[in-house]
Amino acid sequence: MSLVYNEDQLQLLDSARDFLAARSPVAAQRALRDEKSPLGYDPKVWEGMIELGWSAVALPEEHGGLNFGFAGFAPLFEQIGRHLTASPMLSSIVLCAGLIEQLGSADQKALLPALICGEKRFALALEECARHQPETCSLIARKTSEGYRLSGRKVWVADAQGADSWLVVARSEAGQRAIFIVPADTQGVSVSPRQMIDARNMAELTFEDALVEASALLACGNTENALERVLEQGRTCLAAELLGLSETLFEMTIDYLKTRVQFDAAIGSFQALQHRAARLYIELQLARSAVMGAFECLERTADNAAECARLSSLAKWKANQAAQLISNEAVQMHGGIGVTDEYDLGLYLKRIRLAQAQLGHSEFLARRYAEASQGNS
Amino acid sequence: MSDLEAFRAETRAWLEANCPASMRTAMPSDEMVWGGRNLEFKHEDQRLWFERMRDKGWFCPDWPSEYGGGGLDHQHLAILEAEMRRLRCRPPQINLGIWMLGPVLLEYASEEQKQRFLPPMARGEVRWCQGFSEPNAGSDLASLRTSAVLDGDDYVINGTKIWTSYGNKSDWMYALVRTGPMVPKQAGISLIVLDMQSPGVTVTPIDLISGKSSFCQVFFDNVRVPKSQLIGQVNEGWKLAKALLQHERRAMSKFSEFALPTHFDLDEFLQRCLPQPTSADEVVLHQRAIACMMNEEAYSLTNRRMTDSLRARQDVSGLMAISKLVHSEQEREKFELLLELLGHEALGWEGQGFSPRDLELTGAWLMSYAQTIAGGSSEVQLNVIAKRVLGLPDAK
Repeated sequence: MSLVYNEDQLQLLDSARDFLAARSPVAAQRALRDEKSPLGYDPKVWEGMIELGWSAVALPEEHGGLNFGFAGFAPLFEQIGRHLTASPMLSSIVLCAGLIEQLGSADQKALLPALICGEKRFALALEECARHQPETCSLIARKTSEGYRLSGRKVWVADAQGADSWLVVARSEAGQRAIFIVPADTQGVSVSPRQMIDARNMAELTFEDALVEASALLACGNTENALERVLEQGRTCLAAELLGLSETLFEMTIDYLKTRVQFDAAIGSFQALQHRAARLYIELQLARSAVMGAFECLERTADNAAECARLSSLAKWKANQAAQLISNEAVQMHGGIGVTDEYDLGLYLKRIRLAQAQLGHSEFLARRYAEASQGNS
Repeated sequence: MSDLEAFRAETRAWLEANCPASMRTAMPSDEMVWGGRNLEFKHEDQRLWFERMRDKGWFCPDWPSEYGGGGLDHQHLAILEAEMRRLRCRPPQINLGIWMLGPVLLEYASEEQKQRFLPPMARGEVRWCQGFSEPNAGSDLASLRTSAVLDGDDYVINGTKIWTSYGNKSDWMYALVRTGPMVPKQAGISLIVLDMQSPGVTVTPIDLISGKSSFCQVFFDNVRVPKSQLIGQVNEGWKLAKALLQHERRAMSKFSEFALPTHFDLDEFLQRCLPQPTSADEVVLHQRAIACMMNEEAYSLTNRRMTDSLRARQDVSGLMAISKLVHSEQEREKFELLLELLGHEALGWEGQGFSPRDLELTGAWLMSYAQTIAGGSSEVQLNVIAKRVLGLPDAK
């Protein structure tokens, strides 16, 4: 494993690019937004991803996976970012399948093939605050003779609408954290959609004494390491997506600098803009290295938890920072056209802000990096 | 066991047995060993390490053995470098000739020149300095004016070079000279090598804001250099100079930063000065330091990615173009933070009341300004990225 793509990853990258260019150009995402699709993604595109094996790359063969390894997600999420494609890859596969694989009983692991082939789709209900605070959890799970009763609220649940089940992070009466597989038709759960700037599928879930069977419990008490691990994986995938989003914006901007004429010259010939463009390129390169470093670390299984925490935090932190700078500069360098809805730039900007906030803004990630560095020494 | 694995085991065992323990520690700046006519060692371990690496051909492990190198291919070289990093081995010597001029000679010099210059270089017998910059040229390197005029079998050199690192301690110089005054500026430049003891060469050290420095100004007054010492074709020195500067950047990334005396570990100072940030100002300073360390790690991963890309035969010109700028700016920022962390302790000049390491830090901070200017200022680097990497158009 190294910090550049190997042959297999390059093949994935090529096939992802071809597929998404044909089936999920930016215009398709714009259409989903305009028709206010509650799913936020195109189920046919999702089917296509599944046929191409994307949902199976990281899971072991015994559960219907391809055993390619976690590093297979790097080129896929990069291309997902480039094409601005919405899909349940992160919510259902990386986060939920990842948790079930780590924590599930044999019966629960039998769900994995159904997730991989798209027969079922899960979403992770974790957050309770406006900003990512994975340790905050007050949704309570009371044990009863029939099973468990859940009460509380989960916010910003990505791909919650239309999911078959949610993986709900709850707190037991003894104060331990537990994760439940809650079917979407459970009595006492209500779903309130939230219309976000990126027009994807997001909702708030309210649990009012919602009763689930005892068998719905995925894990209790031993959830922390597994949860951290999938969140690190999720952050790293989001970092790759942010990288793809940023690179595309950057390329659009460089093209614009070369063609837009003002004061009788291409604006890209002005040194003030050249130097700013060069700074964007530098940030992109640093971000790519950080993202590749995290994939390399997570690929080598969990041999060093602090190292994985450090590098996944670094990856999303740097990708967040690069995306912030590039999206702002892209608008500024495009001038007025950059703020029109007709132009795609705004769609990228909006998706970037969502991806930045999801699973950790920069300050959160810097704190995690610092803690993991100390844990290491 | 594959050949590579065997080589790794063998190399590891050899380094364990031959690299003295004192050569596996952080290297203070006065313990750097420089090759050359006036070889100096502060203690016996330095000599042992120098001689053992020399005899192994590992001053320049990837040069052909016929010129005194170790004859390793890039895979074996990578293993050797990784094993040296693992043990934190100090570089056995610092030698600009090997790092920068040598690879250019291998590519462009005549066979006779290779035979003459490479083997002594590979044994660390000559200390080289670089004569590129000139007063009033600055970042516009190609406007250099030191002239070399052919007179019989000699070039006669007149002019001056500046910012010549260790010009006062070097045996030989590789210099850019103007051989074609009548042609556009990049086209009339040649690369020539000369003995610093030649009549007509005088060297004056330059003091910097950091105190005494390694920089010198070198004056040439009718210095005669045999024309056999011109490297490559006459008036084609610009191409060689660009190749040489690329080798410089690559060489810089070769040795682990921890093995260099200029390395200050921000994290170490953070633990020492600010173990538990409490007040708002401490929290802000702590956050800035974390961001600085994160950028430092992203840069070091970028260096690794550059090595991996080279191995995968990918174009690394973009990464090479950002490397110097990023590193020098990150270093300056790191020193600024260290200054804030240490307060007045980092602002001492000399004498009582300051630890040697803190004084060294003050000097390194002041030197870090020079690094954002030397070798092409940050602004010149940004021009290079904008034009050559991004293909942005020239101004009218």
